[in-house]
Amino acid sequence: MTISILRSENNTTQTYTLDAQDKPLLHVLTEIKETQDSTLTFTAGCRASVCGTCAVRVNGKEELACAYKIQDGDVIEPLQYHPVLRDLKVDKNKAKETLEKSTTWLHSFTEASPTHKDEKLTERQTDCILCDSCYSACPVYAVNPEFLGPFALTRAYRYSVDKREENVKEIIENVQTNGVWDCTLCGECTLACPKGIDPKMDITMLRGESLRQGYTDPNFSNQSFGTPDFGFDPNSGF
Amino acid sequence: MIDVLIIGSGGAGLTAALSAKDVGASVLVVGKAYPTNSQTSMAQGGINAALGNVEKDSIESHIEDTVKSARGLCDENMIERMCGSAPSAIKWLESIGVPFSRLDNGKSGIDTVAQRKMGGASAKRACYAQDYTGLKILHTLYDTCLKHKIEFLDEHYLMSLVVEDEVVKGATFLDIRTGEVKQINAKSVIMATGGYGGIYHNYTTNMTGASGDGITAVLRAGGAVSDMEFVQFHPTALKGSSILISESARGEGGYLVNTDGERFIDELKPRDVVARAIFEQFQQGQEVFLDVRHLGEEKLMELLPQEVELCKLHENVNPATELIPIKPVAHYSMGGIDVNSIMEVDGIQGCFAVGECSNAKVHGANRLGGNSLLEITAFGKFAGEHAHRYASTTTVQKADDTQLQQDRQYIQNLYAQEVRLNFYGQREKLGKLFYEKVGIVRNNKDLNYALEEIIAMQENFARMGITDKSPTNNTNLIDFLEFANMILLSSTIISAAIARDESRGAHYKEEFSKQDDEKFKNHIVFQWKKENA
Repeated sequence: MTISILRSENNTTQTYTLDAQDKPLLHVLTEIKETQDSTLTFTAGCRASVCGTCAVRVNGKEELACAYKIQDGDVIEPLQYHPVLRDLKVDKNKAKETLEKSTTWLHSFTEASPTHKDEKLTERQTDCILCDSCYSACPVYAVNPEFLGPFALTRAYRYSVDKREENVKEIIENVQTNGVWDCTLCGECTLACPKGIDPKMDITMLRGESLRQGYTDPNFSNQSFGTPDFGFDPNSGF
Repeated sequence: MIDVLIIGSGGAGLTAALSAKDVGASVLVVGKAYPTNSQTSMAQGGINAALGNVEKDSIESHIEDTVKSARGLCDENMIERMCGSAPSAIKWLESIGVPFSRLDNGKSGIDTVAQRKMGGASAKRACYAQDYTGLKILHTLYDTCLKHKIEFLDEHYLMSLVVEDEVVKGATFLDIRTGEVKQINAKSVIMATGGYGGIYHNYTTNMTGASGDGITAVLRAGGAVSDMEFVQFHPTALKGSSILISESARGEGGYLVNTDGERFIDELKPRDVVARAIFEQFQQGQEVFLDVRHLGEEKLMELLPQEVELCKLHENVNPATELIPIKPVAHYSMGGIDVNSIMEVDGIQGCFAVGECSNAKVHGANRLGGNSLLEITAFGKFAGEHAHRYASTTTVQKADDTQLQQDRQYIQNLYAQEVRLNFYGQREKLGKLFYEKVGIVRNNKDLNYALEEIIAMQENFARMGITDKSPTNNTNLIDFLEFANMILLSSTIISAAIARDESRGAHYKEEFSKQDDEKFKNHIVFQWKKENA
């Protein structure tokens, strides 16, 4: 079996041959590093899809290396929109800044009576492992590097619907700029998430709450409806 | 100068950081990865607190269960403090937004937190968030750190503590990205660097990076480590991949069965007892399986969604319809940095330790499931407060750069060193050696054999080194530094195991199968004297 890995030193793919039927990619990367090429650089941790360290792209799709079973001919690349430090190892600091900007924490605690149903409201969202797969899959970053992005917005949503949060207003306020309205609702994040989280839906919900709080979609309000240009004069002729 | 330098960014480190900052300290958290990558994320089953939300419980019963499981090798005052502060720890976690699983009981606050039974517990005591308890606590702690503007330094690998005249003055780190060795000066230091289960490479639920970096640094700086021989084996890891299947699978009613389909042990006995019972089955030629089929698919997806996924992915079994093949593997290090009642390291003033890297003597010979998340939360707070108290009274002077120069030279030498033996192969060998000879059931013949092998490995060490010579982002170098730490700690574990001619909790010796309080109701402590260093 052969797989190709994008090497950062010369920005070309390098092919490795191994006997690794039915093995997780992480197992294979480790084996290459241990026995074939100690310079191959990647990051990993728990092997159990929970530490968020080992996300990469396989044939153009984000995968956790520990949870993806390799197939002959796979092409492995680092995550997109992250500065590559070396091979598959990327700098996640800028992506993590979106959490601070979105103020994804409990702002003002109040004692509540959460029920099993309330737990379910954020169960999926709080499965997030911050692997950055959704960030890598989001096409908005190609045009707006300052976009708050899927994982930060999912986290903002998670706190905004927490019964213990007294200050939902501030969370909503902080996801307006480069936030909920900048998403194209393409759903790539939802497809990329290894934990089955649906940021697209969370962003849609945040938009609903934003509207309820009196915010408007700036893309709409920027359009001028005063003098519609239909390309022809509807009142002329006839 | 920073008041409190926290090394390690898992649950213990983050809690300590929040607590120190809360009482007014300037804080810096340094970790070898990013904060949410830590092993805390892997804790699944729950966090113990005698809330009595589901059935009658009391702090006294929690203390009693913990003391009993520790098999006499504990500090009862520390256990009382931990168990006694458990309800307030949950209250604090609730106040920062941890998304606990809930009961529908019409009550409010922490009275609504769901609780499940874990091994060795006399009541349903473990508060949980499905089977992602550690993950959800860790991420909520991280969010709260961002809220309080805690400063982080990621991808910095701990090299040494800077200690002068038995007083800590900071630490040196290798910046993994740039390859530069740096010194960070601080008035006090909190070690929150995790355990040493990684030594059992391929035979542990831990990540490879669980190499006991902080414990080694303390040992080299003249501090004491203790109870190193006590390594907990978790009864149920997946047979092929050593990936953990939470104790909550048994807590929720899962059975252990052998090849003949027979149950052979009360599944909710403490982990040491269950692990040995499984080992006995292996010796009789049986395989052992976890059977959760009778719980039904719906309940499994509700209570143990993570486990179901992991079984399908790594073992190709569907737990709803098939038996899960398991084996016990190394899971938790009870031993570690020896600390006193205020979490200060024995032998290094101003240096504190908390979490799995420390030995606060609350787990003794066998840790109860649900007590480690409690320890990092309850004692993390405690360590942060004490480190701040120390920092605000000390008049410590900045250290010189002797340690820094020494560490720089060490790294430089590694780059120059010729490699004749692949250390990765040695790491595999080490894991297997430990699982087979320093494992669930031990004897002096095997232990002595293991010690000789380790000595041989140490002698061969000069022939090992790094083959990747890149100055930046060199993970081959980090792997090697971690391996060096594992080798160093290996001999302490084996020596202590040889010295302990008895059986107690996780340390079971065939030829001395009884607990011997007269001779061994004490802690085996290692400390290097300056003249040997």
